[in-house]
Amino acid sequence: MITLESVSRTYGDFTAVDHVTFTAQPGRVTGFLGPNGAGKSTTMRIVVGLTHPTTGSATVSGRRYVDLPNPGREVGVLLDASAQHAGRTGREILTIAQRFMGLPRARVEEVLDRVGLTPDESARRVRDYSLGMRQRLGLATALIGDPSVLILDEPANGLDPAGIRWMRGLLRDFADDGGTVLLSSHLLHEVEVVADDLVVIGNGRIVAQGAKSDLLASAGSMVRTTDRDVLARALDAAGIPMSHVGTDALMVQADADQVGHTAFAAGVPVLELRAADGAGLEEMFLQLTADTQRDNQPEGALA
Amino acid sequence: MTIVQQPTSLTIPMQRITSTELRKMLDTRSGFWTVASMGIVSFVTTGMVILFADHEDLTYRTFTSAIGVPMSLILPIIAILSVTAEWSQRSGLTTFALVPHRWRVIAGKLVASVVIALLASPVAFAIGALGNVAGTAIAGVDPVWDLSVANLLTITLANLLGMLVGFMLGVLVRSSPGALVAYFVYQFLLPTLALILAAQQDWFRDLQPWVDFDFATGALLEGPLSSQQWAQLGVTGLIWLVVPLAVGLRLVVRAEVK
Repeated sequence: MITLESVSRTYGDFTAVDHVTFTAQPGRVTGFLGPNGAGKSTTMRIVVGLTHPTTGSATVSGRRYVDLPNPGREVGVLLDASAQHAGRTGREILTIAQRFMGLPRARVEEVLDRVGLTPDESARRVRDYSLGMRQRLGLATALIGDPSVLILDEPANGLDPAGIRWMRGLLRDFADDGGTVLLSSHLLHEVEVVADDLVVIGNGRIVAQGAKSDLLASAGSMVRTTDRDVLARALDAAGIPMSHVGTDALMVQADADQVGHTAFAAGVPVLELRAADGAGLEEMFLQLTADTQRDNQPEGALA
Repeated sequence: MTIVQQPTSLTIPMQRITSTELRKMLDTRSGFWTVASMGIVSFVTTGMVILFADHEDLTYRTFTSAIGVPMSLILPIIAILSVTAEWSQRSGLTTFALVPHRWRVIAGKLVASVVIALLASPVAFAIGALGNVAGTAIAGVDPVWDLSVANLLTITLANLLGMLVGFMLGVLVRSSPGALVAYFVYQFLLPTLALILAAQQDWFRDLQPWVDFDFATGALLEGPLSSQQWAQLGVTGLIWLVVPLAVGLRLVVRAEVK
């Protein structure tokens, strides 16, 4: 289990991570979603103690990461597959991890096999690796200590479609065996397939979190109207959250029935009204992150 | 809620960190050849001394000092790269995730550097001895053994201090190119400036032994030190090695690893 409580990190005036609170549960894959620069990587570095938070605290399995006696045995970490000494062979990088963790030497072969790196590939130096091979090697480094928690930053980058499917299967099995997986991505579709829970972050702040099924259900309805401002006010008065889409549409956090009645009561002609399923989460992701980006612009920037 | 039961793991022992860091100094092509080059260059310099030195100069001291020059240059570079690679190659992202108490990694690197310096010195002395025996035999003169055990010990200490300077610069700068530039400034530019200053200014000539670390360590190569020279070594070492190392260590522990 990974728990973050009001974690913030500022660099001068810039707030990279702003009071982030969430929990990644055992037995579940938690997708950590956000556009590039939203604060995902900083948050993950804070969890593993590479960056000190300005405020708040993060724990893994109930303890601060730095207090874990042999972290590699409990938490598998892959933050950047390219962050390796280019002059080492893949096998040597795993051997170093094996020695730090005090594992039997045979674990290196086992884990190479598990991530699908051939003996020939593992004898090559990392500078000659493709990004996909680096991701496999990074995943091998994360898995070698047989941890119960995985923290992976953009692990699907550079993997081919077969590789992505393979990794999803691996993460699914890991969670089904009771493990905790925290997996970041800036691509919704990448995590939508495998994640049980989602945490969406934009400009350092969490904009949505919960079970994927709940978020999908609450993705609501899409309504097009000739008089959007009037409908928006009516929905607002009814306390229904919504966001603007395109020139004449609203994305409403309510079902079509409720939206239809509100529009009728407000006397607004409706051009189109449908459940926002399917593309809903994508829409929500774009909207939520776009909204926070707008919110942080100076007053009058949109005028 | 299912919780995967893990065998309780013990704290990573310091000895394991040190031996792994020692391995990391040798397991890349550049690391391996840096260390190997010390041996190769030692043999080449020995050969050159045999070929070009006058017969009366063929003494153990000549051989050892000739070998000592390239070795004292290369040793600090090994220590520098051992530290800076974690940042410049970004392998620190893995290393410091596996050993989150960074000072333990740095301590492991320090001990590994000391081990290499302490091993390199006797190897150099042995190559020098071989050169002395072979060179004098070829020249048909009797070998001269003009270095005492005390000499060999102070030379070893000089090598060790040089290695620590490299280590300090690595910790302080944390970037391979930056630290190497700093090293060459430290090793060549500063002593040259001190030399010029001492030649021009009387006041500095008197002060130099107390502020010039290179001057103080140079005495180690010459022979047993007087108690005043030991004091000078201590003072200059404090200024040029201990204080910057303390600053660097503080930065390493706090700096963000990206």
